[in-house]
Amino acid sequence: MSTKENWPAWEVFTQQKNGAPHEHAGNVHAPDAEMALLNARDVYGRRQEAINIWVVPSVAITASTPEDMGPFFDPGNDKMYRWPNYYKTPEGIKQI
Amino acid sequence: MNTPQIQEDEQTHIDAFNARISSGKTIEPKDWMPQKYRKQLLRMMSQHAHSEVVGMLPEGNWLTRAPSLMRKAVLLAKIQDEAGHGLYIYSGAETLGTDRAEMIDQLLTGKAKYASIFNYPTLNWADMGAVGWLVDGAAIVNQTALAKCSYGPYSRAMIRICKEENFHSKQGYQIMAHMMRGTKEQREMAQDAVNRFWWPVLMMFGPSDADSPNSDDLMKWKVKLYSNDDLRQRFIDRTVPQAEAIGVKIPDDKLKWNPTTRHYEFGEINFDELKSVITGNGPCNKLRMKQRNDAHKNGAWVREAAVAYAEKKSKA
Ligand SMILES: [Fe+2]
Ligand SMILES: [Fe+2]
Repeated sequence: MSTKENWPAWEVFTQQKNGAPHEHAGNVHAPDAEMALLNARDVYGRRQEAINIWVVPSVAITASTPEDMGPFFDPGNDKMYRWPNYYKTPEGIKQI
Repeated sequence: MNTPQIQEDEQTHIDAFNARISSGKTIEPKDWMPQKYRKQLLRMMSQHAHSEVVGMLPEGNWLTRAPSLMRKAVLLAKIQDEAGHGLYIYSGAETLGTDRAEMIDQLLTGKAKYASIFNYPTLNWADMGAVGWLVDGAAIVNQTALAKCSYGPYSRAMIRICKEENFHSKQGYQIMAHMMRGTKEQREMAQDAVNRFWWPVLMMFGPSDADSPNSDDLMKWKVKLYSNDDLRQRFIDRTVPQAEAIGVKIPDDKLKWNPTTRHYEFGEINFDELKSVITGNGPCNKLRMKQRNDAHKNGAWVREAAVAYAEKKSKA
């Protein structure tokens, strides 16, 4: 076996506490998903940082690219009416 | 081909890159970056990762001889953290386009460098105190600065690491404090460890600014935010009072507080020694390379078994 063999990378997502979303923690290398999960526990969960872990093959992730940044996210920029503070409420109304 | 159009495109990239750096935004793996930025970062990050890995060896030396089960458990936990540090930084470095396996190969074949401090021997138990307190203490000063560096993956790895390093330096300081309250022999062991480690630890911050070839670019790109000498001074300023508090002496006759600058003045560092250790002539360079290669060879069966098991399951 060559010293240069590189196991596939797995992205690790950890849930820190009950009810919280899974967040990206980092990645690990492992020959399969089961080992990836064990490695992820050892690397990203040694100090109770996780109550649940997902591992996803890194190659399975499709990401937007930095060049896209402007045009790709543009449609969100000019629609202020999507925010509640765009709307004026009549004076005296405290709750709506 | 180097038409004016290509040069113009190149210049647009450079301008955008510089603008990101000066506005304090991080550079992310898919962003355009100058070749030299990529190369310098890869050099720094892989050396840093190797240092975490090789750094396990001097401490591993004392695992089977720790004075109590508790000390052994603590040392084991610290060493496990260092393996994790190596892993975080390797994975950050991989985003620059070089496989971890490739980097590890460079370490094992002696092509890559790692921190000079790990080429010094750990001769008595007090060295575990001195290493945790001083070596990890110096690493904290360095890494806290790097946590603000311009490359996103490096900065994020540093933030994660800094959270763990405080435990490392505190457990080391506690060993020293404990020994300084002990018998005469124990106090002498503690002092001996500080005598041997103090100067090599100061060298961890690298050559003085006047003699630091890569610093200009790295500072311009905000990979480094402070110079070697600034960080060294910061380390000395915070460490001297800690030494005084436990009664251990810093082995430097010229060390004294300057109330005007509000910094400690200190003696001259033997940078020839640093050069000699970096170029392979430290007391333990050959031993560390042998230990690392042996560990890699002795662990081969585990990696092979993991692959065999994964293959077997995928066929089932
Ligand atoms: Fe570390
Ligand atoms: Fe550490």
